[in-house]
Amino acid sequence: MERELRLMKGNEAVAEAAIRAGADGYFGYPITPQSEILEYLMEAKPYETTGMVVLQAESELAAINMVYGGAACGKKVMTTSSSPGISLKQEGITYIAGAELPCLIVNVVRGGPGLGTIQPAQSDYFQAVKGGGHGDYHLIVLAPASVQEMADFVELGFDLAFRYRNPVMILSDGAIGQMMEKVYLNPHRERSKDVPEWATTGKPPTRSRNIITSLDLDPEAQERFNLKLVAKYNEIREKEVRYEEFQCDDADYLLVAYGTSARVCQKSVQLARMEGIRVGLLRPITLFPFPSERISVLADRVKGILSVEMSAGQMVEDVLLAVNGKVTVKHYGRMGGMIPTPEEVVENLRSKIIGG
Amino acid sequence: MAEVTGIKEIIKPENLVYKRTGIMTDTVLSYCPGCGHGTAHRILAELIEEEGLQSKAIGVSPVGCSVLLYNFLDIDWQEAAHGRAPAVATAIKRLLPDRFVFTYQGDGDLAAIGTAETIHACNRGENFLIIFINNGIYGMTGGQMAPTTIPGMKSSTSPFGRDVRMMGNPLKMTDIVATLPGTYYVTRQSVHTPANVKKTKRALRKAIQYQFHNKGTCFVEIVSNCPSGWKMTPVESIRWMEENMLPFYPLGDMKVPDEKTGK
Amino acid sequence: MTEEIIIAGFGGQGVLSMGKIMAYAGVLQDMEVSWMPSYGPEMRGGTANVIVILSTERISSPIIRRFDTGIILNQQSLDKFEGSIKPGGVLVYDGNGISRHPVRNDISIYRIDATEEAARLNSPKTFNMIILGGFLEIKPVLSVENVVNGLKKSLPERHHRLIPENAKALQRGGEMMREVLRIREQDK
Ligand SMILES: Cc1ncc(C[n+]2csc(CCOP(=O)(O)OP(=O)(O)O)c2C)c(N)n1
Ligand code: SF4
Repeated sequence: MERELRLMKGNEAVAEAAIRAGADGYFGYPITPQSEILEYLMEAKPYETTGMVVLQAESELAAINMVYGGAACGKKVMTTSSSPGISLKQEGITYIAGAELPCLIVNVVRGGPGLGTIQPAQSDYFQAVKGGGHGDYHLIVLAPASVQEMADFVELGFDLAFRYRNPVMILSDGAIGQMMEKVYLNPHRERSKDVPEWATTGKPPTRSRNIITSLDLDPEAQERFNLKLVAKYNEIREKEVRYEEFQCDDADYLLVAYGTSARVCQKSVQLARMEGIRVGLLRPITLFPFPSERISVLADRVKGILSVEMSAGQMVEDVLLAVNGKVTVKHYGRMGGMIPTPEEVVENLRSKIIGG
Repeated sequence: MAEVTGIKEIIKPENLVYKRTGIMTDTVLSYCPGCGHGTAHRILAELIEEEGLQSKAIGVSPVGCSVLLYNFLDIDWQEAAHGRAPAVATAIKRLLPDRFVFTYQGDGDLAAIGTAETIHACNRGENFLIIFINNGIYGMTGGQMAPTTIPGMKSSTSPFGRDVRMMGNPLKMTDIVATLPGTYYVTRQSVHTPANVKKTKRALRKAIQYQFHNKGTCFVEIVSNCPSGWKMTPVESIRWMEENMLPFYPLGDMKVPDEKTGK
Repeated sequence: MTEEIIIAGFGGQGVLSMGKIMAYAGVLQDMEVSWMPSYGPEMRGGTANVIVILSTERISSPIIRRFDTGIILNQQSLDKFEGSIKPGGVLVYDGNGISRHPVRNDISIYRIDATEEAARLNSPKTFNMIILGGFLEIKPVLSVENVVNGLKKSLPERHHRLIPENAKALQRGGEMMREVLRIREQDK
């Protein structure tokens, strides 16, 4: 099938990909640096073509609860926001996870805490992969490193969400949201007419009633449900780990980085290799499930690992767990909307890993 | 030479007709040219000075273009999360009931994400002042539709004009809060002409004084412009406001306490 | 081939759109491209810049701190980015409003008085196309034809009537740069 070539911002790619993936509904609230998603959809008017509903909600709180309602009808629905708005959505997200509803949430991360800055950051890693809201649950977390992946992960995200009846988050950042690159767009998918058997669509005489809830007052039953979730997360860990390796075969040292940081680190690998330092890059594409096993295997072969993130050091904790003390693991990060430069990464590799 | 001495003679305290209020800091305002926020700040600063309230004032700034308001007025401030200023102010005023407590909020902040906080604070009759800047748009995030965007008005998320069947109707929050038993003084003003600036100042002065009566929420809407978000020059935006915003949001008092009974 | 470019000036000078046009032209030339803007309130009357990378290979980092070329439209940006051009690189700047001129001698520096020329041509908004035309004369990484087509792609339909004017400005920039080069050759 012919894929259409466009030059687009990451945010626009999300919007266009959602229309093409046959999304049924989008609910959002403006916040920089992702407002282009809602703006693009309002300009594109998919409600006149595919019938996709697009609505500007009065708040993120409302938007995520609209997603809950739409998802519970078995529809392909999504919302997007940036860090402060995602924090506001956490209540809704845990209810969605607790009711096992499929949906897509995009976080175009900006620096925090609090109102912070509107510039790019990766400081919402913990929130995205360790929970965010209350209770024992996980999102499937995809980390795009290009505008192409912003588009691709919309479709992938919806597919995973429905396969596992689980919310999926695309954890992006302001840089990828705002930058333009070439993107090959998939042809339009029809909006699905299938109705999942659990969806609340009105009870026909042929089935018993469907109830979407996250409540179980009986602790034994709630624990059984928690165990079911654990089994689901384990299956996801087994089947859905995704990562990309860049010059790892002969590497003496390893960089681990996702998203924008991974793009920076690709250049760092080139720079370091020009100086004769054999470095490789492992780029996690899924942050939950995390490519722990692969990192453990690589840890047997390299002399040290540098985790590079636009945060105070969040993913590095998962790298440390994966490496389990086999080699030195250090963190290098910029914060507050600053992006590490390729040169800085090489310097830190030298000072923290090679020299250290 | 004679001319220079002339100027010196004129620059004397007794000849002063207009001066910069000391409540405004030296920080350069972060607003676009022609934006109404600056004028509203100025009036508020003058009143705090004239009423001698610097040591009593606690302001709550919103999320919106006026998010940095705390840099501009030399008083104590709290910066609230988007839409939550009335909740924040509720606690301040309840814990410090003799202070002058106010929020300053845009329409997205007050009438979209903060609707619940606004209505419930007013309904409880919290004894602080809400200053509500209604420019019909989300200025800070780049001109998206606000709850106050009038029918047919273009914004970046209503690029073909606000279609009320799809996007809902504009929300007249001031009219709504005027119906609540908890509000004490409710008025709608504007700052787009010198005469209106004067009127607004008068209304705000009353609101500040009423705030100390502790008899309910005071609510002052200021219909304003956003040349950047509206994609107009400042002059065009003033004209557009007069022709389109003011017929939809007519100016005037909506609820005034009885001066004699104070009720 | 990889060309790493910074374009910087005041918001409203068309910095981001100049970058966009180059990116579109790059796509038309089958290159890999990235366009990474500064964003946020600083653009309101403040400074704006965009990093454009054109490459025949997969682009690694879209965010870089050293550039092959700087296209600079105001003093603040000149002060900020002169030092970021790689040795041997190119700096093209508009002389309008510049009082501290660039001083480095390990890069090639070209001044084009595009604002002035655009005013003379009675189409002040095309000054950035004059600069771009000048740059392409020195580094023909994109063909003028593709830039004009890029313009078509990046401008909304309702502005397409402005294309001939902009195409002319591109040509004019090329001519002006040839003149600059000719005078330099003479001076040698
Ligand atoms: C939870 C959350 N959601 C969204 C935003 C982004 N945001 C910042 S200001 C704003 C709206 C501003 O509009 P308004 O209140 O009308 O004030 P104006 O800028 O027009 O003065 C939004 C949506 C945010 N900061 N926090
Ligand atoms: S964007 Fe609008 S509201 Fe904000 S400062 Fe500019 S003119 Fe004022």
